Amino acid sequence: MYAQMVKSTGQGVKTREEMSPEEAHFQDRVDADEKIEARDWMPEGYRKTLIRQIGQHAHSEIVGQLPEGNWITRAPTLDRKMILLAKVQDEAGHGLYLYCAAETLGVSRDDLTEQLLSGRMKYSSIFNYPTLTWADIGAVGWLVDGAAIMNQVPLQRTSYGPYSRAMIRICKEESFHQRQGYDIMMKMAQGTEAQKRMAQDALNRFWYPSLMMFGPSDAESVHSAQSMAWKIKIDTNDGLRQKFVDQTVPQAEYLGLTIPDETLKWNEDKGGYDFAEPDWTEFFDVLKGNGPCNHDRLKARQDAWTDGQWVRDGLLAHARKKAARKVAAE
Amino acid sequence: MNALHEFLLRTGDNCLILGHRVSEWCGHAPVLEEDIALANTALDLLGQTKLWLTYAAEVEGKGRSADDLAFLRDAWDFRNVLLTEVPNGDFGRTMMRQYLFDQYHLLMLQGLAQSSDETVRGIAAKAVKEVAYHVDRSRDTVVGLGDGTDESHRRMQEALDYLWPYVGEMFASDTVDAEMAEGGISPDPASLRDAWDAAVADTMAEATLALPDSRFHHKGGRDGRMHTEHLGHMLTQMQWLQRAYPGATW
Ligand SMILES: [Fe+2]
Ligand SMILES: [Fe+2]
Ligand SMILES: [Fe+2]
Repeated sequence: MYAQMVKSTGQGVKTREEMSPEEAHFQDRVDADEKIEARDWMPEGYRKTLIRQIGQHAHSEIVGQLPEGNWITRAPTLDRKMILLAKVQDEAGHGLYLYCAAETLGVSRDDLTEQLLSGRMKYSSIFNYPTLTWADIGAVGWLVDGAAIMNQVPLQRTSYGPYSRAMIRICKEESFHQRQGYDIMMKMAQGTEAQKRMAQDALNRFWYPSLMMFGPSDAESVHSAQSMAWKIKIDTNDGLRQKFVDQTVPQAEYLGLTIPDETLKWNEDKGGYDFAEPDWTEFFDVLKGNGPCNHDRLKARQDAWTDGQWVRDGLLAHARKKAARKVAAE
Repeated sequence: MNALHEFLLRTGDNCLILGHRVSEWCGHAPVLEEDIALANTALDLLGQTKLWLTYAAEVEGKGRSADDLAFLRDAWDFRNVLLTEVPNGDFGRTMMRQYLFDQYHLLMLQGLAQSSDETVRGIAAKAVKEVAYHVDRSRDTVVGLGDGTDESHRRMQEALDYLWPYVGEMFASDTVDAEMAEGGISPDPASLRDAWDAAVADTMAEATLALPDSRFHHKGGRDGRMHTEHLGHMLTQMQWLQRAYPGATW
């Protein structure tokens, strides 16, 4: 999940009696599964929460280019290099769709970018972990894109039209992302001893950070309750995490890899696996900036932005000159 | 030496080495749209690499694959022009290099699309469409940044001055080229120079950039006699997994 712990109004869901007539009408439309469009009336809290959520999601796509981009120049075959490049390029495209969706809410892409670079806005905790071997590229596609899909598929039904449409486009591409990751894991898990070792090591390192992607339990969260009432959040964090574990365990078994959780056990009664919680202290540390790669990831984005300033200025100046010349010629 | 094999390596290695260089930008470009566009260019070039090197391996007839050629040759066996292997530098240099090469690449592919060799013709027919788009984009960027701010103008002029000595090698003909031209397989690169000069002069005028007048050029890439120091570093990265874990399937 690319948006974690998104704050809403913090005031809890209003009862019908507390709602203004506009708010009640708005809630009726959401309840009836109508799409809210940019020009429609919406509560200020809805708009602000969406900007935080879509912005965080967009930033995650952009920062998410870095750990995988780390292996493009070392991809082991021409086909792998092309597939990975296409995948990372897709993520940049996802960022673009999402920034466009956020812009419909009255915030510019430059503004959001500045908030990312200054550290005021977050991106998913998962991208603060390093990719150390080629198997990590498999694990990221399999687990990280797999977890993202869990969250993004229901979001196709979200109440905000532009967000929903962005999600529909994104989901079309995500299944390819997960497949290419799993395919890499297959080759590794069936490969040489060294490759098997890389595959298991990748799973060991990415398992718990992947579970963290869904965020801590939000059963009690007033923020989540409001977001769910507005249908900008569809499932609970625990619900999605459970689904992810249930889907992933058989896939790991098929690969012949061991999930690094000794407590993992099928629970007949609930029809799902019991599994160990990730270390939430580590999660909060990563959010605070203390993950293994926080500093480098942010620095890479800051450098790209600063080093690119002259390019953006140059192209803008040229566009202005061209327009002026056109006016002068008329 | 099989001239056709040599020619295919030259053509394929240009795509591979430049595609690799461009792919180094992924995630670091000045704007999101440029990041996507650069990845696109790199992807096209790597796709073309696969086609050229597959054919090169087939002509060679030693049972090697395109991957073997890409990942298991050492620097002296590479046949790309030096222009494609110089480091990216800033975004301006990357785009200037791209334009100088794209303009050559387009003319070459237009010729190859008429090749007497059916496979060459087929690959060129596909590639020429992609490269026509590459030229449009890199040309626009060179013009935009050349005729942008004082700083962007200065940087683009520096890029052009730095890259200019690498231009001539694209048009240097040798016995391989003579044999290809004779068989109607490929145009003689020297024959493309006038059209290239005219197009580039036009672009640089629009970009308000001054064309260096020297015709001196470095050489040694397309015959493998003497690459730059940069190629070895690129290969240590590109080929590392294949070298460290020989025989593994990925
Ligand atoms: Fe994505
Ligand atoms: Fe992703
Ligand atoms: Fe993805």
